[in-house]
Order: sequence, then C-alpha cells, then structure tokens
Amino acid sequence: MVVKYQYAEPTFSAKGTQMRDILANYIAVVSRRLPDDVTSKLKELAKVEVDPLQELIYDTMKENQLLAEKMKRPSCQDTGALQFFVKVGAKFPLLAELNDILKSAVYRATKEAPLRHNAVETFDEYNTGLNIGNGIPSVFVDLDGDSDRCEMYVYMAGGGCTLPGEAMVLMPGQGYEGVVRFVMDRMTSYGINACPPLLVGVGVATSVETAAMNSKLALMRRVDSVSPNANAAKLEHLLEDGINNIGLGPQGVGGRKSVMGVNVVNTARHPSTIGVAVSTGCWSHRRGLINFDADLNYDLPYNKGVEL
Amino acid sequence: MKTWHLTTPIEDADIDDIRIGDIVYLEGTLVTCRDVAHRRLVEEHRPLPVDVAKKAILHAGPIIRDLGNDQYEMVAVGPTTSMRMEKFEEEFIKQTGVKLIVGKGGMGPGTEAGCKKYHALHLVYPAGNAVFAATKVEKIVDAQWKDLGMPETLWVCKVKDYGPLIVSIDTQGNNLFEQKKVEYNRRKEEEIAIINKEVKFIK
Repeated sequence: MVVKYQYAEPTFSAKGTQMRDILANYIAVVSRRLPDDVTSKLKELAKVEVDPLQELIYDTMKENQLLAEKMKRPSCQDTGALQFFVKVGAKFPLLAELNDILKSAVYRATKEAPLRHNAVETFDEYNTGLNIGNGIPSVFVDLDGDSDRCEMYVYMAGGGCTLPGEAMVLMPGQGYEGVVRFVMDRMTSYGINACPPLLVGVGVATSVETAAMNSKLALMRRVDSVSPNANAAKLEHLLEDGINNIGLGPQGVGGRKSVMGVNVVNTARHPSTIGVAVSTGCWSHRRGLINFDADLNYDLPYNKGVEL
Repeated sequence: MKTWHLTTPIEDADIDDIRIGDIVYLEGTLVTCRDVAHRRLVEEHRPLPVDVAKKAILHAGPIIRDLGNDQYEMVAVGPTTSMRMEKFEEEFIKQTGVKLIVGKGGMGPGTEAGCKKYHALHLVYPAGNAVFAATKVEKIVDAQWKDLGMPETLWVCKVKDYGPLIVSIDTQGNNLFEQKKVEYNRRKEEEIAIINKEVKFIK
C-alpha cells in the first residue's frame, strides 16, 4: 500500500505569513512575465530573424506573452519544478521558518496562478497533485555570515530545458578544449529541443555536483552579463559566437542565432579533474530575483515596475 | 513554405501533398497524449479510451482549471518534447490511425516509418506559447485516464485555428530536424576548431 504524500500547511509567525504571501504572489508573476533582460534580448533577436518561418515564430512568442499578462495566466504550461537559490544571513529573522515558507508559497501559488502539478514521487510513481513533494521545491542555501538579509532566485525549472542538464568530469589533459566539446555537443543534441533561443549555463569546477550547481547559478545571471574572470568571459564570448553560428534559430528550425547568451560560472578544481556541466534555459526563461531585508522590505531587480 | 488548413476527420488525400517546412492550422479534435498514455497502449496493451483515428494528438501536459461537474477550462497548453514518445510512436500510429502528431522538436526513424506507412504527419507547435494555444481551444469535451494526473490525462479538445504548426515529418518520411541536424553538426565542428585555438588556458 503506497502512502501518499501528505501536506498540511504549518502555522507561521505573522512575519512568516507575510513573507509566504509575498513569495506566492511573486511566483505567479514569474510564471507569466519574463524578466526584463530576457524580454529585451528576445526583442533584439526577433529583429535579426526576418525569414517568414522565423518571423512567424517570434510573432507568436510576442503575442503569447501579451496574452499571458492580459489574461493573468502562466505563459508556458510547464511551470517547472520550483527551485530556490538562496543567499541568507544568520541574522535574517525568518531563517528558521524559511524552508517551510518556500514550500507553502509554492503550494499557494499552484492554486492561485494556477501552476501545473509537476511533482511525481519516485518509485511509488504517482503525481502528488499539489506541485510539491519530497524535495520539491528544491532549496539551495548559501549562508551569508551574520547579515540580516535574504536574497533569492526563484526559478521555474522546466522538464524540456534546464532539468535535463548534463555534467561530467574531464581529465586535465582534455583541457578547456574538452569543455568546449562538451558544451557544443549538447547544443546540437538536446539544445535543439530545449526551446531556443537558449540561455546556456556552463559550470566549470571540480566534480559533477559542483559543476552542475555552477551551471545553474550561471542561468540566474542576466542574459547579457559577463563573467568577472577574464578567461571565463572570453570563453563565454567564444561559445556565444560559436553556438550562434550553428544557426539553431527559434525552436531549432534554423535561423541566424541560437542563443540569448552564454554564462560561465567557475570555481576551483582538484589538480586531477575538470568538472563541467551544461544547463540550458529556454527562451521562456522564467527566473526571478527577490531581495528581502530584515523587515521584509523587498526589491525585484529583474522586474522593473512590478508591484506585488 | 505553404500554408494549409485541415479539419478533422482528416483523410489521407488531405495531407499527402503537405511537405516538411509547411505550416498547418487545425480545426476539430485534438487529444493530449504523452508518455504514460503511449506506454499503456503499446506496452501494457490497454486500448486508448479515446478514438483518435483521423484526428490529431498533442504531446503535451496542459494546465487545466477544474470548474466542477466534469467541466474544465484550458489555461495553458504548449507541447512537450516529442522525442520521448519516439520508441512508441510507430506502433501508436498503426494501432490508432491518428493522422497528426503535434509536439516539440523532431522525432526519429520509427515515426518516419509510421508517417510513411500509415499516412500521418508530425508537426511542431512553437513551444512555450501556451496561452496563445489555449485561446484556440474552444472546449474540453472529455477527459480520460484522469488517474495519471493533470499533465498526463487525455484531454479531448475541440480546437479552431490551432497553429502555427510546422511540419517536421511528412507522409514521404522526410524529416526536417534530421536534415537540419546534419547542417548543425557540420557547422559545429567548424566552430569548435575556431574556438579551440583560443582556449589553451592550461600551459
């Protein structure tokens, strides 16, 4: 007899309830409104793709986003498995409640937005019907000393784009040429199906999990951002040109461009290894950023003019 | 790039002149059908509870609003990756007599063979445009295999002016994405050669 996933919303402090409600609202906004950097990049790319088929696809995309905003609906039916990348200080007053707040926010947003039910329990193989489950949403926390602030990326990780990421560990003899090969091969295989124009996140580190995490963090950066490391920035630029020249076009049907951008995030490696990972964001790259202070004043750097 | 308007029921003659890269708009019955539904039909030998002969299926898991009393509203519906259904699709076409398979991205040799033998098309709807597509769904007329949950239920939709659908495999077995992939892979090798000259960071 399978014991189904049960969820009862916990009782939060007054502040906890407030934060949960802000986040539930924000998740619904993220589901229908692309971040400003993505919107402006798509506009730029649409001007470059002038053949009838490509133009038809870009026109459909533009119309879809207008309809989503007007009808207050999620712009893509795959509203993803929710992921939160959180940087929080030890003095943030809601640290103890944070995990529960995030789960409750997803639970609420799922009903209100509404979001698709995207949590299937493994082995027992049933959909929880709640869009939350064991380990969903995924919460990744980076402790930020004794600060009293909480900054978090909210990401709707879709089943066709960013969830089927890949990572592997190269031998140093394979060098950065091996990194290039790894990234480029993914572009002509799963990249085609990942809804181009893509945001390509590349992680370089020491193992599969560190590289994979870096590749995800790379997707949290703005599409036109540049790595602070000169060589990594050079690689971003080279890969962007190279992948564009493959000419995947919108939806992989061919065109002049393939990507919205390539972001590389790197950390140190063991002398014996080069960990590399690729995660791709689709054109409908629904990621947000919300920064709270201790009093729950917040700003939304990726969504100019949005009030929750 | 020709534009076609198809209405279900679709006969062989309606689609035999349609070629890869053409655009189709659909009116009639479109049934969402994805991973587990394919597996149930082909591997578990359970008959599909919806007749899709001469009609269209859509590889998709929509967002649905339950209005009560078996009434449903289509909120958002875009396609999912078709390639996941590749291992089942030839047999699916054979058993069901479906004429249009709509999804995202290309499919492989099995689907090519199925489209050729049984006169069917694979088409892609520009993915991510799920609200636009939902506005083309006039009504959800039936829902079967609801035990599979919202994404995998067979939602039987009455659609009008549903598209643009880009033909990816035609009834001659031509495959748009496979042709493109040859080009993409050739260009990729050229680009790798250029980039590799610049990334000798380990010295």
